[in-house]
Amino acid sequence: MDSKPTSFATTGRSRKGEPFVWLTAAGLTMGVVLTLGLLGLVVTKGIQTFWPDRIQVFEIDTGAGTEKVAGYVVQERERRDPQGVDHEEIQIFRGNRELFGEKFAFFDRASIRSQEIPEDILLVERMEGGHVIARAGKILRADGTEVPANDPGFATSLDELIEKTDTKREELRRIEKIEIGRNAREVKELRSLERFEGSTPETQARLATLNEEFLKLDAERNLVRQALAGDVLLLDAVDGREIRIEAGELLHIFRPNQAGVIGRTGEMLRRVWHFLASDPREANTEGGVYPAIFGTVVMTLVMSLFVTPFGVVAAIYLREYAKQGPLVRAVRISVNNLAGVPSIVFGVFGLAFFIYFLGGVVDSWFFPRSEEPVFKSGGVLWASLTLALLTVPVVIVATEEALAAVPRGVREAALACGASKWQAIQRVVLPASLPGILTGVILAMARGAGEVAPLMLVGVVKSAPDLPIDGEAPFIHAERQFMHLGFHIYDLGFQSPDSEAAKPMVFATTLLLITIVVVMNLAAIIIRNRLRKKYATSSF
Amino acid sequence: MPREDFIAVDHFSFFYGAKQALFDIHMDIPERQVTALIGPSGCGKSTLLRNMNRMNDLIDGVRHAGDIRLNGSSLYDPKIEVISLRKRVGMVFQKYNPFAKTIYENVVFSLRVAGRNGRRELDEVVERSLRSAALWEEVKDRLHESAFGLSGGQQQRLCIARAIANQPEILLMDEPCAALDPTATLKIESLIRDLKEQFTIVIVTHNMEQATRCSDRTAFLYMGRLIEYGSTRQIFETPRQEETEAYISGRFS
Repeated sequence: MDSKPTSFATTGRSRKGEPFVWLTAAGLTMGVVLTLGLLGLVVTKGIQTFWPDRIQVFEIDTGAGTEKVAGYVVQERERRDPQGVDHEEIQIFRGNRELFGEKFAFFDRASIRSQEIPEDILLVERMEGGHVIARAGKILRADGTEVPANDPGFATSLDELIEKTDTKREELRRIEKIEIGRNAREVKELRSLERFEGSTPETQARLATLNEEFLKLDAERNLVRQALAGDVLLLDAVDGREIRIEAGELLHIFRPNQAGVIGRTGEMLRRVWHFLASDPREANTEGGVYPAIFGTVVMTLVMSLFVTPFGVVAAIYLREYAKQGPLVRAVRISVNNLAGVPSIVFGVFGLAFFIYFLGGVVDSWFFPRSEEPVFKSGGVLWASLTLALLTVPVVIVATEEALAAVPRGVREAALACGASKWQAIQRVVLPASLPGILTGVILAMARGAGEVAPLMLVGVVKSAPDLPIDGEAPFIHAERQFMHLGFHIYDLGFQSPDSEAAKPMVFATTLLLITIVVVMNLAAIIIRNRLRKKYATSSF
Repeated sequence: MPREDFIAVDHFSFFYGAKQALFDIHMDIPERQVTALIGPSGCGKSTLLRNMNRMNDLIDGVRHAGDIRLNGSSLYDPKIEVISLRKRVGMVFQKYNPFAKTIYENVVFSLRVAGRNGRRELDEVVERSLRSAALWEEVKDRLHESAFGLSGGQQQRLCIARAIANQPEILLMDEPCAALDPTATLKIESLIRDLKEQFTIVIVTHNMEQATRCSDRTAFLYMGRLIEYGSTRQIFETPRQEETEAYISGRFS
């Protein structure tokens, strides 16, 4: 008998689904590429900010002669002039704001006669006025002696000068911020007491002592200031002009063209540390972002503290107790839609409800004597509460799903053991759904940490040197305004007087914000995985 | 003297919404014996079992007629608290369902929810219950590890230990071996025979050999009605009803 072998379709016809596989894969690839591109841009630009480039000295043909410019190249661009001729231009950071007015300048490539990298160029950071790029001139000491740059002891003298300045400045900061600050606060409290209860001999005596104390502190401050004044560093810009820096202004001196890879790496690490650990200067365009890091982290943690119990409790009622019907369905839809409300709306709500209403109530009950509003103004507490409201749908939805994923058998087993409904939820259902709940909290934290718009209404400010948690009683200052990295980025990029100068800081701050969000998420994920191991269940 | 009508099911009917699941069931379940409920899927045997600790209360829209009495007192007396009832009636489920806790905490769960936290008492209960459930020797060295590390059969025996920890009078078992392999099944069956010394056991099973191996009485349910009820031997050897004979000889399922 003749039997035909079974034939299979080989290509083509049976693979009709294939183009759609490609389509879906392309969609995913697009997403991945965009995300990686974004991260790559932020990471490279952010790191570039800290890497000390070599400083070049260009000789530029101005038409009427040549001019020397020192600086490092920031970017290149093409420009078409009104005659339709293309020019290749480079942008140079040349610092020395007092000489040029602008820290950046564009030059036509064609006008560059020569360029070199001289070893003896200094990059000087100072308190005000931005960087100085120049050659060392001489040190003029307060006692009249001077140390010229060609003196063999010049480098040591310079280091000594900077060290001395650092200690003195630290001393000055301590006196001004801590001691005089404390004095001023007590005076204010006493004055307010006198206004409400009348002046008494005790208050007058105390005020007199405080005044004496202040005079002493003031004298001490002046002494330190005098010690800071007097010493001067003279620098020679490459075009021959002289730049004078008071020693009190000096922050740091670096020789980028002498340093090797190790030296430059060290300088980069120093800059990173400076960025992370110090306060901002010069309208936030220089210095660090420490208060903003602190504010972001504190606000996010306080927010999670509020949002977790609130969201979990609401979800338990919705899922476990409420009679499932049209009303509950309506509530659930509303909760889900809450997540889609523009965040600025929450900011307006926070301003109206938390600050004006709740803050007003708190102030009238607890601070009736205070001249300025205490809680009736933006602060870290109100900002955290506003963000908690904003993120509560995330936690509710995640918790509801986690609760629903707990197998029915487990609940029934708990009830069959004589547990009440609440005991079953509390002892069995909640522990089993904890990893899922934490996933919700992680998402909420990620959302909250990156939110900016509502915060501008409820407590985030451009500059808040006093942190919400510090060593001054009562240590936690929930009413204080604070800085936030997200707002800091906006402020640097769009609100600063010199947005060109702030651009590197924008990327560095963005990188930092992303890093902080990732770190906080990782921490939460590690906690969740620990819990998961502890209660190794099949669900999730 | 053991009571013959320890659990008295008195003309009991049960409805899921408009659908009637049980029709006028009337039977007496004797104390300290094993009573098996058999019948094809959907015949109402699990529904009957789950009414004996009012587990069906959890479902919306259920109602009942008639009564079930436990040692003379009605389960549906509006004055009794369901929680106190469930303390007297332990239950083991078809799919083993230990809690996401340690072995120790699983066993003492019923005591903890009753507010009994004395360390000495709990330790005693754990050992006694695990021994009764023939699990002590296997787990005594890892009482404080997660219950999910145990094998399926061990997990089911842990669930039995959990159900008997608080010394209930009755133990309800809803197809306790359905998710287990033959070896684990045999272990559970011999455990059931031991446990009837202390507890009145009602077991739902699909497996007729299991009913013959470990029950004293058997009730055959079909389409929500009690067709025949008698000693296991009588039911399997000389069934009086045609449907019973058809079912046990495998002519329908």
